[in-house]
Amino acid sequence: MDKGKAVMGTGRRWAVDFSDQSTVPSTRDILDPPGFSRASPEQDDSATSRQKKDAEANWKLQKAWEVAQSPFKNLMMMGFMMWMAGNTVHLFSIGITFSALWQPLSALQSVGKIFEPFKDNKVELLMPKLVFLALNLGGLALGIWKLNTLGLLPTHASDWVSSLPPPQEVEHSGGGFVFH
Amino acid sequence: MAIKLYLLLLVFLSSAIASFSLYEDQVGLMDWHQRYIGKVKHAVFHTQKTGRKRVIVSTEENVVASLDLRHGEIFWRHVLGTKDAIDGVDIALGKYVITLSSEGSMLRAWNLPDGQMVWETSLHSSHHSKSLLSVPINLKVDKDYPILVFGGGYLHAVSPLDGEVLWKKDFTAEGFEVQRVLQPLESSIIYVLGFLRSSEAVVYQIDSRSGEVVAEKTTAFPGGFSGEISSVSNDKVVVLDSTRSILVTISFLDGGDVSFQKTRISDLVEDSGEAEILPPRFSDMLAVKVNKRTVFVRVGGEGKLEVVDSLSDETAMSDSLPVADDQVAFASVHHEGSKIHLTVKLVDDLETVLLRESIQMDQHRGRVDKVFINNYIKTDRSNGFRALIVMEDHSLLLLQQGAIVWSREEGLASVTDVTTAELPVEKDGVSVAKVEHTLVDWLKGHILKLKGSLLLASPEDVAAIQEMRMKSSGRSKLTRDHNGFRKLFIALTRAGKLFALHTGDGRIVWSVLLNSPACARPSGVSLYQWQVPHHHAMDENPSVLVVGRCGSDSSSPGVLSFVDVYTGKEISSSDIGHSVVQVMPLPFTDSTEQRLHLIADTDGHVHLYPKTSEALSIFQREFQNVYWYNVEDDKGIIRGHGMKSSCSGETADEYCFTTRELWTVVFPSESEKIISTLTRKPNEVVHTQAKVSTDQDVLYKYVSRNLLFVATVSPKGAGEIGSVTPEESALVVYLIDTITGRILHRLSHQGCQGPVHAVFSENWVVYHYFNLRAHKYEVTVVEIYDQSRAENKNVWKLVLGKHNLTAPISSYSRPEMFTKSQSYFFPQSVKTIAVTSTAKGITSKQLLIGTIGDQILALDKRFVDPRRTLNPSQAEKEEGIIPLTDSLPIIPQSYITHSLKVEGLRGIVTAPAKLESTTHVFAYGVDLFYTRLAPSKTYDSLTDDFSYALLLITIVALVAAIYITWAISEKKELSEKWR
Repeated sequence: MDKGKAVMGTGRRWAVDFSDQSTVPSTRDILDPPGFSRASPEQDDSATSRQKKDAEANWKLQKAWEVAQSPFKNLMMMGFMMWMAGNTVHLFSIGITFSALWQPLSALQSVGKIFEPFKDNKVELLMPKLVFLALNLGGLALGIWKLNTLGLLPTHASDWVSSLPPPQEVEHSGGGFVFH
Repeated sequence: MAIKLYLLLLVFLSSAIASFSLYEDQVGLMDWHQRYIGKVKHAVFHTQKTGRKRVIVSTEENVVASLDLRHGEIFWRHVLGTKDAIDGVDIALGKYVITLSSEGSMLRAWNLPDGQMVWETSLHSSHHSKSLLSVPINLKVDKDYPILVFGGGYLHAVSPLDGEVLWKKDFTAEGFEVQRVLQPLESSIIYVLGFLRSSEAVVYQIDSRSGEVVAEKTTAFPGGFSGEISSVSNDKVVVLDSTRSILVTISFLDGGDVSFQKTRISDLVEDSGEAEILPPRFSDMLAVKVNKRTVFVRVGGEGKLEVVDSLSDETAMSDSLPVADDQVAFASVHHEGSKIHLTVKLVDDLETVLLRESIQMDQHRGRVDKVFINNYIKTDRSNGFRALIVMEDHSLLLLQQGAIVWSREEGLASVTDVTTAELPVEKDGVSVAKVEHTLVDWLKGHILKLKGSLLLASPEDVAAIQEMRMKSSGRSKLTRDHNGFRKLFIALTRAGKLFALHTGDGRIVWSVLLNSPACARPSGVSLYQWQVPHHHAMDENPSVLVVGRCGSDSSSPGVLSFVDVYTGKEISSSDIGHSVVQVMPLPFTDSTEQRLHLIADTDGHVHLYPKTSEALSIFQREFQNVYWYNVEDDKGIIRGHGMKSSCSGETADEYCFTTRELWTVVFPSESEKIISTLTRKPNEVVHTQAKVSTDQDVLYKYVSRNLLFVATVSPKGAGEIGSVTPEESALVVYLIDTITGRILHRLSHQGCQGPVHAVFSENWVVYHYFNLRAHKYEVTVVEIYDQSRAENKNVWKLVLGKHNLTAPISSYSRPEMFTKSQSYFFPQSVKTIAVTSTAKGITSKQLLIGTIGDQILALDKRFVDPRRTLNPSQAEKEEGIIPLTDSLPIIPQSYITHSLKVEGLRGIVTAPAKLESTTHVFAYGVDLFYTRLAPSKTYDSLTDDFSYALLLITIVALVAAIYITWAISEKKELSEKWR
């Protein structure tokens, strides 16, 4: 600690300044090394930039595909969790089911935002988006299927008749034992 | 697996226990219990100088009780069985209360101070006869003072010390009926006077030591006796002859000779007629009722009769009572307007009035029925009198010094019908703030409660909390509350008096004795809700209809009385001019929300009420759809009738209709006898027609108001349990449609016997009977489902509403139904069964079983569910299906009467509160009991003991914590930034 402090206290011993960007040799007191031409990078500028852009687009597409496929992992995990949760209605299973429903829904809502960084004139994002949508819809379907297996979807006749009042009767009768 | 099942059962049971049991300090918070004794028959005063002054009474409800003379409270009370009617009560040896019951075959002695039974003797009796209890004061046999009892043809002398029979004399062979046992002073010979075949007077002289007949004298009297007898002195009795026009004085002389002396009543009073000897006993005098007048007849030394006074018929008289200086006095009471006049006179000299008092009555109680008097020595050495009077409405009053010292509404011991009524809505003028406490008080109360719940309360605090709970939130206010907890129970008593009892504290809000223009006092038959405004006609007060009858048989004319529920005033009372055999409330109301009622008479006509043209037009519209049926249990026939046409004849009006017989169900009289019939309660609300099983399958309930449950037994098996062998007895139950007479279901239980107690609700019947083979009581449940609607299972049709499930149904569209049933053993004998009812019918139901011990047991309907199996699947268990056991459990904590008994329990009435989870339960017998039940716990409201203070404090603490942590974090952030 003391050493460090001492070092810090004595200040900088040496430094290299990389900020020298001057292109004019006359202003510099040190000559360029032989064979070095300052102008050479500017010569094939267009070719290299295209190359660079292609690489970037490729990279973006690759990334977009990665993003598009990411729900698949999620899907698998959800499936596993659902299997773990069982088919009875309790806090855990309901939580998992609702998160399984919520995740795809929120993903579907923000599908544009997710693919925003990969937006490029050259990158064809339709396919990744479609795959992303399909996978998320698959997740949603899984959630709904889980909801159904939990018995929370009104798919049975019993769900529609359970609050039906008894029908009116046309005839009315009364009577019983004679009063004694 | 078994352990799992057991655990699950335990969980269910524990949850069940929690749902109906209550803690000790919750007793009396929402329940109340009132103890009664019934209409007093005999009263014996016990007013010695030392000890507490008391009166021993026996009543028509077979109760023997000791009452505090100062306040009218019950010291002790014993309710004998319904078949154990008390014939006589007296005090022996100054410390035992002796009661004779069951037509002179049961003699019991009770300890006077505390009512413990000292001994009980079952006396031999061979046949039914009138019975007689005589406790001679100075008959002494070897240091013992025997009690003389006549009953069932035997005369017994019983020792009062241990109930041992000293001797008995058999009079069965002669058919001798003992009328009086007389005992001359200072003699060991007792005179037993009786009649033989109502034409011979026999006097036996019996040695009281051994029971030997010393002498017997039979004297024939050609005219015959009518049975009523009045003993006027130790050697004379007066009887009426069989024509009831001659008074016969029978005197028996020392030698055992008997002499008659006849006096025509027409010689005594000018207007003669059928005479009647009144029961009060005087010395040397008797009271005779002739032509609605009470005539006092003095018996002279030689048996000469002379009239000394006469009174109007409305007078009640007491027995004579010895007062100081060998004088004998008696009391007479008659009432005039709202006053009653009590007069105490000397028997010897009717001109001497010892006491004359007029007492203002606080309410209408009818005529005076019975008087018992007692005297005491005032501080100035003069005689004071207290009179115990029984009024026509069965109430019991003690009069002393010109005032009513106390009164007991004993009419409530004989409730015959109960209905409920709403209280008036709170008016704007009456401020709630007056009743509610100020904020400080409110907070104080809640902090007390909080202390209680945190176990920090001192004993004084606990007492304060309990007191606060008892009078909490104006539970006895006379206005409607938001939850519908405050209501009135309207009870009709046998005496024809209507009482309104408040559910909050059980006090009598109003009472009214029924009147009729046609007869003095109609007997109440039944009670109906006449007008319950809740949609229209809101300015009208609700009212009840009381159907009464002038007379005791079914053909006597009926009386309708309408009583305003808010005020307790009789709105109108009308004589309807026809008999009443059945009353049918129809499911229609007119524009003022008066319910239409049909009243059937003995001629098979029905009469429509109210008699308005509007009601008539409503009825005409539904004319073809109204039916009635009657059950003739003596013939074993059920007949169904339809409406035919208007009545013809000169007396008929347009509201009278004739009926035609549509169907009959005849039970073979040699094999089946109707013992019980039952329908659903007409005002029961059913929430849904579907029953969903565990696998999401739907069963449609067969919910119909026109279903009649009938139970029959073999005629041999109609008697007592155990009187037949299992082979001879069978119980058959039927479900009959009362529109078409179709038998929908029949179930036979071989080797079973009644009595059947049943309850019918929604689509199920639960009934209780005795299984002779198993020697156990059984409970069977039958659930009825509709097969014809079972096809309604297409979800899309149901979603789009393309189904016929809510279409009106007719009984003529042949219903296809199937039933599910299951039987269980039930360890107890049952007096009555009822079921809870809630406002919307969503809350699960509980059976309320009135057990033989006069308690009420709440049993979840889940225990009587035909879907119970030995090994329910996981899904079924989750749904709450309990594994099948052979008998139904009786969990001690589920007695809703907790430690109390509703003595002589006869009926249980349930009524919904506004809060769906809660139901009112009212049980009546000799006692009254009320409580509020929540069969599935109060899921829709916070409990009374919910600690608002704790909630408030928690919120305040949380808010404070949020602020403090926020401030701290701000500070920390600032200091971080400065670094």
